[in-house]
Amino acid sequence: MASNDEIRILTPSGMLGYGFPVDHFKMGLALKPHAITIDSGSTDSGPQKLGLGEMTCSREAYVKDIEVLLEAQHETKIPVLISSAGGDGTNLHVDAFRDIIAEIANKRGWHFKLASIYADIDKAHISRELRAGRVEPLGPVPPLDQREIDAATVVVAQMGAEPFLKALDESEGVDVIVSGRAYDPSPTAAMAIRAGFDPALAWHMGKIMECGALCAEPVGRNVMGYLRRDHFEIEPLNPAERCTTASVAAHTLYEKTHPFLLAGPGGTLDLSSCKYEQVTDRRVRVSGSRFEPAKHYTVKLEGAKTSGYRSIFIAGARDPIFIAQIDKILDGVLAGTRAYFAEVPEESYRIIPHLYGKNGVMGDLEPVKTPAHELCIIVEVAATTQALATAICGKARTSLMHSPYPGRIATAGNLASPFTPLEIPLGQACEFNVYHLMKIDSPTALFPIKYEEI
Amino acid sequence: MAIVDTPLSAIAKVIRSKNAGPFEITLDIVFKTKEDFEAVRKSGVITKELVSQLYNVPTQNIITFGFFDLVNAVKITLPRPRPQGGVGETDMHAAQQHVPLQEIRVPWEAQ
Repeated sequence: MASNDEIRILTPSGMLGYGFPVDHFKMGLALKPHAITIDSGSTDSGPQKLGLGEMTCSREAYVKDIEVLLEAQHETKIPVLISSAGGDGTNLHVDAFRDIIAEIANKRGWHFKLASIYADIDKAHISRELRAGRVEPLGPVPPLDQREIDAATVVVAQMGAEPFLKALDESEGVDVIVSGRAYDPSPTAAMAIRAGFDPALAWHMGKIMECGALCAEPVGRNVMGYLRRDHFEIEPLNPAERCTTASVAAHTLYEKTHPFLLAGPGGTLDLSSCKYEQVTDRRVRVSGSRFEPAKHYTVKLEGAKTSGYRSIFIAGARDPIFIAQIDKILDGVLAGTRAYFAEVPEESYRIIPHLYGKNGVMGDLEPVKTPAHELCIIVEVAATTQALATAICGKARTSLMHSPYPGRIATAGNLASPFTPLEIPLGQACEFNVYHLMKIDSPTALFPIKYEEI
Repeated sequence: MAIVDTPLSAIAKVIRSKNAGPFEITLDIVFKTKEDFEAVRKSGVITKELVSQLYNVPTQNIITFGFFDLVNAVKITLPRPRPQGGVGETDMHAAQQHVPLQEIRVPWEAQ
């Protein structure tokens, strides 16, 4: 257990499954941390994880990282806390991580006391809370309705520190915790709060460490946090990296709505009066973090639904006479394609051209209006079945390939196609459709815990 | 010393864009020094109105806009043009939406 004066936390990486330098991790272990925490959650790579049950990284990548963590646990006996299993933190992926841990333990002859914390939220519960006026959009999101709850494949909630505290308290000496969707700093905050340290500092240190050594220059993976009574210190483990007051202060800008006000489960972290001091040329001391408890505890709900099937074609264009008229030619081709599929309800499918070399990245916001000398044309079709999406895509491609246009002298074909299949089926499309705050009365009741020895 | 209109890309340390959750995009302009930060702030060039025009977002829809002293940075958060990763997405991570900020020109002492 931590001493009264300091708790040390080791975080090997900002994302489980991306890999991390094991030599630096071992340097961290030599500093005798009280816990290892690592997050694997993110909505950043898209809605298909929640929508289709995919994981952020491959199972093989998780096995590789988790084996290093379990070996450290086996040798040092300090707890390992893994949050947001699989990226989306669904029950499915908590169990997938649990199975990986059991498989490694079995193979290596290791034994662990494991707590699995689940974060799928019963849809009937969400519906009741919605009707009771206890569910609100989070930011520029449409209000939730029953149709969207029904359409979501699964809905998870981001847990705070409390379920981790409960798992640590209820089980005499838990070795490994795998959690479903959690607010990223929760595992680190839970360890520090449990040892009696200031929750504001605990959340702030967790907020920085959940990204690994992203707070360093240059950015890295393994990072060590030292939390004390009235401050914490942060230092990367790679000797080639350093934390500076600027790099640590600026880290909270990254991917956040606001630089100083960070809302999470149960309250808001306020960093507006923090002090950052350079302790050594690689270590920074932080103090002055504040935590404002919310009037009513809320958790963030996340969910995604499937929305039909997509197919694309990818083609190049190099002829300047064609490129100069591309918008007009495409309009004609798409109108012709829609007319050809007149029997398909128009609102049931979409055709979306992406014109790289013109405005493929920024769309209507693109400030440069002159196209480049060559274009990459991707036409995306979303329809109710894969076969229909591919058929519409194929019609659009062949029409664009052979479309006449004013001044055409290259009469054999308009497109340079790099790949077969010429039309590429992409499978199901997904869409985030739940991103709301729900009031809760107990910070632990919605997150059941399963204990076992493996 | 001659004053010339200079793009922010030649002044700032960091100009970047990224998702802040699936429904927001956030833009950071971080300056090398407090002096640069203050000089850009005093120029009065970076305003909500300019952001509104560059990103085609009504000013009242801008979620965060401010000059933040502690980090020598301008932070801007906007609604995403579409929910992240759905049909029609062009930039899953919203990592390449910063370019219009690079082109903002402020009166600056010529080097």
